[in-house]
Amino acid sequence: MTPAVRLGVVLLCHGDLDMAARLARIWTDGGAQVAIHVDAKVGAARLAGFQRALGNCDRIVFSTRHRCSWGRFSLVRATQDAAILLLDRFPDTTHVYLASGACLPLRPISDLIAYLAADPGRDHIESVSTHDVGWTVGGLNEERFTLFFPFDWKRRRWLFDRFVDWQRRRGIRRRMPAGLSPHLGSQWWCLTARTLRAILDDPRRDEFDRFFRFAWIPDESYFQTLVRRHSTRIESWSLTMAKFDHTGRPYSLYDDHAGILAESRCFVARKIWPGASGLLSQFPLPDQGHPQVDPPQPARISRIINQTVRRRVLGRPGLYMQSRFPRKDAENGKTSAPYAVLQGLTDIFPGFEGWLGRHLTGQVHGHLLDPALVEFAGRPQTGPGAISIDPQVRDHDPQGFLTSLIRITDRMQAFQFSPRDNQALNWFMATDPNAHMLVVTGAWKLPILHSGMPFDDMRRIFAQLQRIELAQLDVLNSVWVRARLSQHDLGEFLLNPRAILQDFLLQIDPHSAPIAALPAMRDLTGLDGMLRRLRNSGLRPRLTGEDLPPIELLIPERAAAE
Amino acid sequence: MRRLGAWPSLGSLRLRLERQGLIARAIRSRTMLYPLADRTRRIRPDDILCCVTLRNERSRLPYFLDYYRAMGVRHFLMVDNASGDGSASWLRGQADVSLWWTDASYKGARFGMDWMNWLLLRHGRGHWCLTVDPDEFLVYPHMEHRPLGALTSWLEATGRRSFPAMLLDMYPKGPIEDAVCPEGQDPFQVARWFDPANYSIRKNSHFGNLWIQGGPRTRVFFARDPLSGPALNKIPLVKWAMRYAYVSSTHMLLPRGLNLLYDEDGGERISGCLLHAKFLSSFAAKSAEELDRRQHYAGSQEYRAYHAGLHRGDQLWCSESREYRDWRQLEDLGLISRGNWA
Repeated sequence: MTPAVRLGVVLLCHGDLDMAARLARIWTDGGAQVAIHVDAKVGAARLAGFQRALGNCDRIVFSTRHRCSWGRFSLVRATQDAAILLLDRFPDTTHVYLASGACLPLRPISDLIAYLAADPGRDHIESVSTHDVGWTVGGLNEERFTLFFPFDWKRRRWLFDRFVDWQRRRGIRRRMPAGLSPHLGSQWWCLTARTLRAILDDPRRDEFDRFFRFAWIPDESYFQTLVRRHSTRIESWSLTMAKFDHTGRPYSLYDDHAGILAESRCFVARKIWPGASGLLSQFPLPDQGHPQVDPPQPARISRIINQTVRRRVLGRPGLYMQSRFPRKDAENGKTSAPYAVLQGLTDIFPGFEGWLGRHLTGQVHGHLLDPALVEFAGRPQTGPGAISIDPQVRDHDPQGFLTSLIRITDRMQAFQFSPRDNQALNWFMATDPNAHMLVVTGAWKLPILHSGMPFDDMRRIFAQLQRIELAQLDVLNSVWVRARLSQHDLGEFLLNPRAILQDFLLQIDPHSAPIAALPAMRDLTGLDGMLRRLRNSGLRPRLTGEDLPPIELLIPERAAAE
Repeated sequence: MRRLGAWPSLGSLRLRLERQGLIARAIRSRTMLYPLADRTRRIRPDDILCCVTLRNERSRLPYFLDYYRAMGVRHFLMVDNASGDGSASWLRGQADVSLWWTDASYKGARFGMDWMNWLLLRHGRGHWCLTVDPDEFLVYPHMEHRPLGALTSWLEATGRRSFPAMLLDMYPKGPIEDAVCPEGQDPFQVARWFDPANYSIRKNSHFGNLWIQGGPRTRVFFARDPLSGPALNKIPLVKWAMRYAYVSSTHMLLPRGLNLLYDEDGGERISGCLLHAKFLSSFAAKSAEELDRRQHYAGSQEYRAYHAGLHRGDQLWCSESREYRDWRQLEDLGLISRGNWA
């Protein structure tokens, strides 16, 4: 038979006294004795009402009130006084639980008592050495103890920051009282009365209090440090589930958390939103008469909260919206999924778009950035996600256009590109690891070859497109490129089109159909003649490859393809 | 934090002047407002308020008030801009509505914003205030379980003073004239389609807000001139303070910090949507009337475009439209985000 546990609770109340009164009732109804500290900032009238509401209960005592502010020693002082009063008034107390007016017991108090009785000598307090922790938020870790913090962080932030800077510059280092090793942990603990008395009655307590008075957030370190001096049986785990976000603020719990809270089997959870009447009526779960001693399982709720923190800090890749608008190069994923850009292929093979559509499982568009029309696959009146087919709408925010398209569709997107298209996305695509680009430079010359335009127009357009493509190549050949780039000049590509295409298709889609036949190729006759004529007119044709093979060499390949 | 001894820049002085000018306009505009039912003494310290300007919206009002009452709005501050359909007399009978009447020019009052700024300044200080039109319905994360008060107290605990909610145009399937929404009915049972991905975003460097355009209006009415399409970014929910002012509709505010509601380091902050119940059968008549009054932004060019579009018999619905389900659908589509409100 284990010795009986008499549970005492120190309840720190700040704002919402109605909820605090309810919680105090829950604790006393469960058989606990409660010492309540009410913040001295609470007005006398509200306090009187609160005391009246709890007046008829002889297991509740009210301790001396202090003005508490966050991160200051006043919180520790309030806890100490309330604990002394509790142990004094109810000397049979064996365990003391520190809770706040926003901590809701989830399981019956009898479960908690039975759980404590299973190993009554153990102190449940999270206490982690500062040498090892990396989880404190706000940058101050060991400095919490080595600097002075006389200013309130919330109200005197400017002084606080300046004073910390000044101390750092001066190299000020406080020394920890001998025999203490700094530890941190959750503010909410459950200690045995023996350990708590040892801490409160320590002959050197004045010295310790003096030290912690100017430490930073002593409510997370005072008991956590001193318990190491007086207890050998520490379970370094808080029985109160309290989750914090990336800025160190506690998460609030609402009615819709009821399911996961019940499933978590935690004894106490914080912090409860005062309006969560559903939680207050549902918890603590009713006492079944035979206490359960299974330990808490907060893994699922931790996972949900970690996911939310992840979303807040990293966001969803490739999403641009009203509350996520990342700066350039801070996007954490410029786009949400891989996509393919094929440059020059439609100029070599006029039927390339349809041919590619038959080989890939993804969606194959035409020239999405074409100046005359957004060529969505199948040329619909409205694109995927109701994106407009009007090029003016697209050019208003080209990056938003591309990222929305990729995010709203569930298949891989592939589209055609050429120097005739809007070039606004060149840097964006080149620096995006999701972009798979097959670039055949100089391919734009082939449509010009057969355009039948007067030579002067041909020369002008030739010069313009060549200039655009050279500018694009500056981007593609820069050191910032993150896209998967497969770049060939026209001559190189024409020597071996099947292998190049096959490699690229396998790269973007391992399940793509093997290439049986290439689509019909544009007629190349006259290309060398045109290039010679342009050269003789004073232009310097580039981007085709210095060694464009004799057209006759390329013909057999084309013939085989047909 | 500004360093000691650093002078405010010229830019911030200019913004301050602009803001003070807006507040001065608001204070001057108070004489145009004639109180019909002033119940503002019933406002209690933590009440959430709702500010509305309206004209001839009688049939929309019952559902509008009930929607926001259920959400947790405790008091409505409404300005009736000379309605002729009995809106005022109906509103006077509502116990949680304070009503003012004016026949002054809507356009002259910067499209009603001077009146709103005045009511917010006079009654909204220290309250979370929701400034919406009678056809705008707020949707926010977790709304089915958590009242608006949960959102505002969370925003406050995390140090935020405003909440963004982009305008999402809702439309029916089929011609707009056939989408009849009787009084008291949820308009989104009729107009329940929206554009999922058709939005463009730019940053306004002067006020710091994002400028969102797109949606069905740009797709159908403004495709030839997307730059003049209506702005969809809105900041309807603000914990009001004396020095705040709405600049242009509820698109942006001053001081500038109230507009910086988006994360620029890749993370997501919290945001919601205002579902826009504009495209119902009443729209054609309304747009003809507004066109005659010429009381709207930029010479009512928006209404002119609608009028032209409607006469051609355009539909807003297309095969890529999505049917509205709930806020989770909007979040999956990336139109809103819960940020770190777990």
